[in-house]
Amino acid sequence: MSFQDKIWFTTLVGIAIVALGFLYVISQSGRPAAEPSAVQARAYGLRRWLFLVLIILGIEAMWATLHPFPIAPQRGPAGAPEVVEVTGHQWAWQLDDTPIHAGTPVEFAVTSADVNHGFGLYDDTDRLLVQTQAMPGVTNRLVYTFDRPGHYRILCLEYCGLAHHGMIRKFDVLPALESQP
Amino acid sequence: MSALHPDTETLPPRERKILTMYLISTLVLFLTLMTFGLLMRLAQGTWLTLPPTLFYQLMTAHGAGMVGTMSLGASAVMWFFLRKYVPLNTSIFLANYVLFMLGAVLLLSAVFLGHYAGAWTFLYPLPAKSMGVWSAGAAALFMAGYLVIGVGFLLFYLDAIRAMIRVYGSLGRSLGVQWLFGGTIDKSHPTTVVASTMVVIVNSLGILGGAVVLVLSLINVYDPEMVLNALFAKNLIYFFGHVFINLTIYMAVIGVYELLPRYTGRPWGMSRPFLWAWFASTLMVLTVYPHHLLMDYAMPRWMAITGQIVSYTSGLPVFLVTAYGALTNIHRSGLRWRVPVALMILSMFGWAAGIVPAIIDGTISVNRVMHNTLWVPGHFHFYLLLGVLPMVLAFMYHLIGARTDQADTSGDRLGVAAFMLGGLTFVFMFLAGGHASVPRRWAVHEAGWVPLDQVAAVGAVVVISAMVWFTVRICRGLLHRPVAAAPSPGG
Repeated sequence: MSFQDKIWFTTLVGIAIVALGFLYVISQSGRPAAEPSAVQARAYGLRRWLFLVLIILGIEAMWATLHPFPIAPQRGPAGAPEVVEVTGHQWAWQLDDTPIHAGTPVEFAVTSADVNHGFGLYDDTDRLLVQTQAMPGVTNRLVYTFDRPGHYRILCLEYCGLAHHGMIRKFDVLPALESQP
Repeated sequence: MSALHPDTETLPPRERKILTMYLISTLVLFLTLMTFGLLMRLAQGTWLTLPPTLFYQLMTAHGAGMVGTMSLGASAVMWFFLRKYVPLNTSIFLANYVLFMLGAVLLLSAVFLGHYAGAWTFLYPLPAKSMGVWSAGAAALFMAGYLVIGVGFLLFYLDAIRAMIRVYGSLGRSLGVQWLFGGTIDKSHPTTVVASTMVVIVNSLGILGGAVVLVLSLINVYDPEMVLNALFAKNLIYFFGHVFINLTIYMAVIGVYELLPRYTGRPWGMSRPFLWAWFASTLMVLTVYPHHLLMDYAMPRWMAITGQIVSYTSGLPVFLVTAYGALTNIHRSGLRWRVPVALMILSMFGWAAGIVPAIIDGTISVNRVMHNTLWVPGHFHFYLLLGVLPMVLAFMYHLIGARTDQADTSGDRLGVAAFMLGGLTFVFMFLAGGHASVPRRWAVHEAGWVPLDQVAAVGAVVVISAMVWFTVRICRGLLHRPVAAAPSPGG
């Protein structure tokens, strides 16, 4: 199950819970309650518990997703063994010729020569692996470790003008380096 | 008049004409801009050939136009109810309309005559760097259009601020801050006034932020030597953009607070959780915008974390106060379903359900694989198409109930069902596109993505068909003279 599959599943479950809540209330809406104030009092009592549950879930989700922080430190090089300088142009990606190996952390130092672009790394199944913005005057440092060698693509993910959709660059990831003694 | 249409809401002829202009313009613009959206999905689905230049022009007009039109329709809802409690200046309301229309002409001229296609976000420095596709004049015309529209809305908000301060003494008191920590809440304090206070505070600041970056970008278009910090410009743009579009929901929901209790016969009273929800929303809508910049790694880490935390917490007032309050209001109420009620409950669902993928995307690690994919239009179409628009339509349907003695027709009921099913199909195809990593704002789609586009186009056709029906029905109703008596809640 890819990360996107997990996100999709979580979203569908969340929307389904909301939908079930609505459907339940809608199904009951035509029945008049003998004591409307009691119905409302029960509903607002339940709301306190819902508030508590959502707060706990939110704190857990924040803790789980922010530790470790998912973005590499940005003050200077991130210290990855392989560093690739990337520059976005209308409408092409310029990469230096640093070889990229599977299993080795790679820092993509991403900037732009003109307008904003979006540096999106796609694998050979057209799945988006990770991204960052390419901005003029700013360098965003993206650190990523490729699991396997193969053909990859960079697609532009920030609208940059007429040929935005054609701003694609292919590159290869080489087999993992042999482990050092 | 009946409880559904109280005398306090009867408009003098001049006000009625101005409101009718707002509402008919809103409907016509929605239909036009929805058609632009359909053309884009048809082109991505390979059922229509559109040159990329035209695609991106349509995309720019659709985005800018929808944001503006949502605001136009939602501000009409806010004006209609707020004027009952504070003395609003009708001429300023009219001026907002005139400036909006003038701005719309400038925007559309920039796009379709000047070929401007820099997207509604005018992300610096794209307006000045088109690679020869559009001129500096076209970019300037587009941004001038925004400024004219912004001036109109700012006038409207300043007038509302003046009027609320005159009646309540300060914006803090109209927001109900005095009751946050204790004291006896005045149960007659209008929900509309609380919501409107939040809207005028937040949107005035948002518009001012937008004006700063628009003026700076305008200078840059003609003087490229005057260089901005691109990250700072992006902060201002998304602060303005997020606030402006988000506030359409908070304006339109005023209609739900006012109208839903009339159909259920149950009050939606003022309470401390309600006041806290709106107070917190005031702060959160102002501070949540960094979630648009999570992929700008150079942003300070604390801002990214703030973006994620506030994205999460901003869902709480929506789920637990507004949507939950609406459901509590109808639960076992002996409700007879009328079209305005159906549209209001649909809008509550669209808002609450649409927040689910939005909050999930506000998580930094999720944003790394979902940002700027079709997931993004998926979640915002969820709460705009199925949230804000039904709120505005519910208000309009309610309004025409006072002007005609015609009950809901089977066409109306079919229209609501078609709108909901077509809308759900449409937005779920966007979300499925995000799941499949399809980039947003691409004029040409790869073969594997096309089936999703085609299903989305079918959904869009169904939505637009329903919208045509709504537009005809509502326009005819609005052009009727008011009748002496309105239908009763049960009728």
